[in-house]
Amino acid sequence: MNKFKALLIGACTAGLLPAAGVAGPDDDKLMVNDELDLATEVAAPAHLDGALGSTIYSGWRFRTDETQALQLDDFDNPAMLTVDAALDAFNTPDGSEGKSCASCHTGGPEEFAGLSASMPKVIDGKLVVMEDLINSHRQEVMGAEPLKWSGQEMQGMVALIGLQSRGMPVNVAIDGEAAPFWEQGKEMYYTRYGQLELSCANCHEDNWGNMIRADHLSQGQINGFPTYRLKQAQLISRHNRFRGCIRDTRAETFAEGSDEFRALELYVASRGNGLSVETPAVRQ
Amino acid sequence: MKKILIITGIVTAFALPLNAEIIKPVDVSFADGAVETSLTGTPGDPAAGRVLMNKGAGNCIACHAVTDLQDLPFHGEVGPMLDGVGDRWSEAQLRGIVSNAKEMFPDTVMPSFYRTTGFIRPGNAYTGKAAEGDLEPLLTAQQVEDVVSYLLTLKE
Ligand code: HEC
Ligand code: HEC
Repeated sequence: MNKFKALLIGACTAGLLPAAGVAGPDDDKLMVNDELDLATEVAAPAHLDGALGSTIYSGWRFRTDETQALQLDDFDNPAMLTVDAALDAFNTPDGSEGKSCASCHTGGPEEFAGLSASMPKVIDGKLVVMEDLINSHRQEVMGAEPLKWSGQEMQGMVALIGLQSRGMPVNVAIDGEAAPFWEQGKEMYYTRYGQLELSCANCHEDNWGNMIRADHLSQGQINGFPTYRLKQAQLISRHNRFRGCIRDTRAETFAEGSDEFRALELYVASRGNGLSVETPAVRQ
Repeated sequence: MKKILIITGIVTAFALPLNAEIIKPVDVSFADGAVETSLTGTPGDPAAGRVLMNKGAGNCIACHAVTDLQDLPFHGEVGPMLDGVGDRWSEAQLRGIVSNAKEMFPDTVMPSFYRTTGFIRPGNAYTGKAAEGDLEPLLTAQQVEDVVSYLLTLKE
């Protein structure tokens, strides 16, 4: 770890004026469980056209050493409790058909290796995110109640499936059937919502690396989602994060699970094409 | 609640000099990004303006660093440091920048603090719900004057 930089950031958060040299990501390497190397910095996807410069970075690179450390070992990662609970749920029958996920997916969650890296994707003409797949299988195959979008049961399951892709590069399709959804998400990304008139791009494209009050702005990537947020002490869904960021512009936000947020999720995911899936990441 | 509102209404009405006219956000007139006329006719209070720079209504230091405010934690880096703005800009220009920075710097990320129209999906403060009825400006007319008078004290 780069202790010198950590000291600088420490000095800054202690209330001094921003010191030159804090800006930007740190130089730390993310190796999980001493064996899995995650790419937190890769060449920017071509569709960005240089909007983030030549390199994109995981949000992990913008966090303090203390927060970063919690993601280095799964024993320290507080998200893993919720993921373990999801693994139990995976094997437990629920609903009128008396089935568990494992009744059909006999290979266990491992069957889903690679799936999260390519989500969201268009299925039968509809843009689908992981929460949709989980709930449609629960309802249609198991006869079980849908899970609440940002509840811990749902996000634990999203994280369990995401974990099977950890280390694989994010690779969502943006062409073909996905193109119109991607365009819609892009349009949203650059819309200056609310009374503060701030777009996603104003903070995460124009100002990544800068401090906004006490927060060190990242590129707003979602390769680590669902992330365990220390402040809320639980797993946070992608849509919950979007909602929070839009609310903070004094805007009327969109609902979690809305088509607008599905489109935004596709677009934001595509801005991270090439970064390793980090699920479940830990954030401040 | 109602009573308190009425009482503060009366107090602020009395605090204003007779026949002072508050210029409404939609009536502010800009020339080259600057606003010549005071929004209230009442001189700003730099001490009150200094407080507004912090959390809450102004929250200017979310984006700007100011050496004079070093006692307050967490200064942002999104906007330029404000040390010396009292030398760089006139009172009218600072009034324009604080009221609606987009007149001076088109497309700037700096919010418009004395503007109430033309927003996309304006919310009810930070609730995430839709705004109901007319929007209040982020700063009142007198708060703009207070902040401007504080900025004028920031000399190199
Ligand atoms: C007013 C500034 C601001 C705006 C506008 C904004 N964000 Fe954020 N966002 C933040 C801050 C501050 C954080 C926490 C620090 C960080 O991770 O960058 C954050 C975090 C995030 C994260 C978590 C990143 C991680 O690694 O955990 C995502 C994803 C995100 N924002 C997406 C968005 C999207 C999408 C939009 C537009 C709908 C948006 N943001 C608009 C300020 C903003
Ligand atoms: C979301 C970020 C943000 C906030 C909040 C903000 N500003 Fe700014 N401000 C900026 C940026 C960025 C600029 C540079 C103008 C540009 O975009 O070219 C600026 C420019 C200025 C300038 C001109 C500075 C110079 O040296 O030329 C002044 C004065 C100023 N702001 C005052 C304020 C005050 C007072 C407040 C609060 C009432 C405030 N700002 C809130 C972002 C912000």
